[in-house]
Amino acid sequence: MLQLKNLLKAAFNSIMKNRMRSLLTSLGIIIGVSAVIVMVGIGSGSQKRIAQEISSFGNNMIMVFPSFSQRGGVSRGAGSFNRMTMDDVKAIREQATLVEYVSGIVMSGGQVIGNGNNWNTNIQGVEPDYLKIRVWKIKSGEFFDDRDVRSHKKVAVLGQTVAENLFGNMDPVGQKIRIRSVPFKVIGVLEKKGQDARGQDQDDIILAPSTTVLYRLKGDRYINMINASSYSIDTIDKAQQEVTEILRHQHKLDYGQENDFMVANQSSVTEMASATSRIMTMLLGAVAAVSLIVGGIGIMNIMLVSVTERTREIGIRMSVGARGSDILTQFLMEAVVLSLSGGIIGILLSAGIALILNTWTDIYTLIEPVIVILSVTFSGAVGIFFGFYPARKAAGLNPIEALRYE
Amino acid sequence: MKPVIDIHEIKKIYHVGEIEVNALRGVDLAVHTGDFVAIMGASGSGKSTLMNLIGCLDEPTSGQYFLDGVNVSALSRNEYADIRNQKIGFVFQGFNLLSRTTALENVELPLFYDRTHRIKDPKKAAEEALERVGLADRMDHVPNQLSGGQQQRVAIARALVNRPSILLADEPTGNLDSRTSVEVMSVFQELNAQGITIILVTHEHDISLYTSRIVEMRDGRIRNDGPVETRLSAGDILAQMKEEDECCN
Repeated sequence: MLQLKNLLKAAFNSIMKNRMRSLLTSLGIIIGVSAVIVMVGIGSGSQKRIAQEISSFGNNMIMVFPSFSQRGGVSRGAGSFNRMTMDDVKAIREQATLVEYVSGIVMSGGQVIGNGNNWNTNIQGVEPDYLKIRVWKIKSGEFFDDRDVRSHKKVAVLGQTVAENLFGNMDPVGQKIRIRSVPFKVIGVLEKKGQDARGQDQDDIILAPSTTVLYRLKGDRYINMINASSYSIDTIDKAQQEVTEILRHQHKLDYGQENDFMVANQSSVTEMASATSRIMTMLLGAVAAVSLIVGGIGIMNIMLVSVTERTREIGIRMSVGARGSDILTQFLMEAVVLSLSGGIIGILLSAGIALILNTWTDIYTLIEPVIVILSVTFSGAVGIFFGFYPARKAAGLNPIEALRYE
Repeated sequence: MKPVIDIHEIKKIYHVGEIEVNALRGVDLAVHTGDFVAIMGASGSGKSTLMNLIGCLDEPTSGQYFLDGVNVSALSRNEYADIRNQKIGFVFQGFNLLSRTTALENVELPLFYDRTHRIKDPKKAAEEALERVGLADRMDHVPNQLSGGQQQRVAIARALVNRPSILLADEPTGNLDSRTSVEVMSVFQELNAQGITIILVTHEHDISLYTSRIVEMRDGRIRNDGPVETRLSAGDILAQMKEEDECCN
C-alpha cells in the first residue's frame, strides 16, 4: 500500500486543479448536509421549545375533565353530562395523600367594564392553590384566599392583557370593574405569562374565586375542570391513580362502570407532544437525507465523467507502474475528499443558517453534536459508496487502451 | 553475456469481435545491455504490439519472455505494474505528460508508485533526471508552457528517473519537426553512450540511422535484423544545421 499521505496529496491536487468542477460536485453534499442539520435542528429546537412551554404551563400537573357518560348504551357526547362539583375538589383536597395542590376551575367569559373601557375576556373561577399549580406569580396586589372562596367574595385578579386594555398604565389594584354587570374589586394583577403551546394569549384572563364565578356569574353547580399537582414528577402517575379512585368513589361508580371523567397528566402530554415533534424531526431529516443521497449521485456522475475524461491520465499512471489498486484508491480518495469537504462546508453553512434563524426569526434551531457527527460520517460514506463504482471502472482499464484514448 | 531481453517464439492473437488478428506470428529477439535497437516496419507489421509486450503493457498469447533473467510471461497484473515501474522507462509519440502538472512532478510520478523505495529522495532524483536531458531551467513549467521537443525530453527524464533496465520509445519523434527530432535523437544517443539500453519503434528510415541495430518487421515476423552500417551522429548533424543557419542569415 502506498503512503496515505501521498494519496491524499494526489487526490487534493487533482481536486484543486479542477476547482470549479470540484465545488459544483461538492455543492450537492454541501446542500444535503446543511439541509439535514438545519432541518433536524429546527425539529429538535421545536421539540425543546414545546417541552419548555408545557413545563411552563404548570408543575407536575394533573388535569381532570368531565367526560361523556353512557346510560343504557347511549353515548351522550363529551361534556354532555357534567357531573364534577366543588365537592369533588373538596374530596380530593381532604383525601388524596399524593396531591400537593388542587383547584376547581370554572370557566366563563364575557364583557368586562372598568375605567370607562370595556374588554371581552375569559373569566376563570379558581382557588388559591391555582397559582402554585400553574407556577404563576402576582405582579402587584394580592391573590384571594380560602376565606374569599368560602364567602363567594366578588374580587378579581387581572391578567396583563386585561389590565393593559382596561387601565392602560394605571395600577388597577383597588379599582372597581363590572363583569357582565356584576361589580368586582380588583385586588391584584398577574405576571405576564405569554403564549401557550397553541399560541393562545394566557394573559387575556381574569381570575376570581371559583365559588363566586360559579354561583354569582354562572348560576350553576358544575365546574369545568379540576387542576391538581403531585409532590413530584415521579409520583405523578400514582397521584393520578389516587385522584381517579377518589372521584370514582365520589361519583358512586361501581366496579366495571366506566369513568365519567377524564384524567391526564403533564408528563403524558409532554410525551405525546414530544413524540409528535420527534416524528416531525424524523420526517424533516429523512427528506433532507434524500437530498444528501442526490448529492452522492452527483458525485458519482462527476467521478464517472472524470474517469472518462482522465482515461489518458490513468493510462499514463499505469504505464509508469501504478497498480489497479493504486488507481482505485486515488479515485476513491478523491470522491471521499470531495464529499467530506462538502460535508464540512455544509456544517459551517448550517451553523450560519441556524444563527440567522435564531437571531432574525421565531424559528428556534438546536444543532446537536450527534447530528453533526452523523452527517459528516454519512457524507464520507456517500463518497465511498458512490465513488466506488467509478473508481473500480478506472482501475479496471487496460493500460494500452487507456493510453490510446483520445 | 546474458541478454536483458530474451524473447522466444512469442505469438499474439487479438480477438476483434469474431475475427482473429495474428499480430505476432512467432518472434525471437535478444537485446543486450547497451544496445540501441530500432524496430521498423509499416503499420500493421506488429512492431507496436511487440513494443507493448516488451514493455509489459500486454501479455503474449504464447511464447516466453525473459526480462533481466525473470520469466515475465507467468506474472500477475500487479507484478506487471511493478516491472513497468522498476525495469522499464516509456517514451511515447504523444509525450503523455500529465497536464497542469509541472515537469518536476511529472518526472516524480514513477517514484510515487515505487513500492521498493529504492530511491530515497524522489525530488532530487527527478531534478537530476531533468538536468540529464538539459531541462534544469524548466522544472516548474507545465506541459503547455513547453515546446514539443522539451515535452519529449521531460518524458525521457520521467522514463529515466527509476533507473530502468531498458528505455522503450514508441515513435518518439513522430510528433516533432525534423530539427527537434534530431535534438531528441541526440539525447537518446548521449544516454546510450552512458550505457542505457534503448529500444525505439519508428517507421522513419533516417531516424533508425541514429541507432546501432535495425530490426525490420513485416506481417508479425522479423524479416531483417542487422547492425547499422553508417551510423549518424545527432550531435554532428545539429552542429552542421547550426552552421547552415549562420551562413544563410
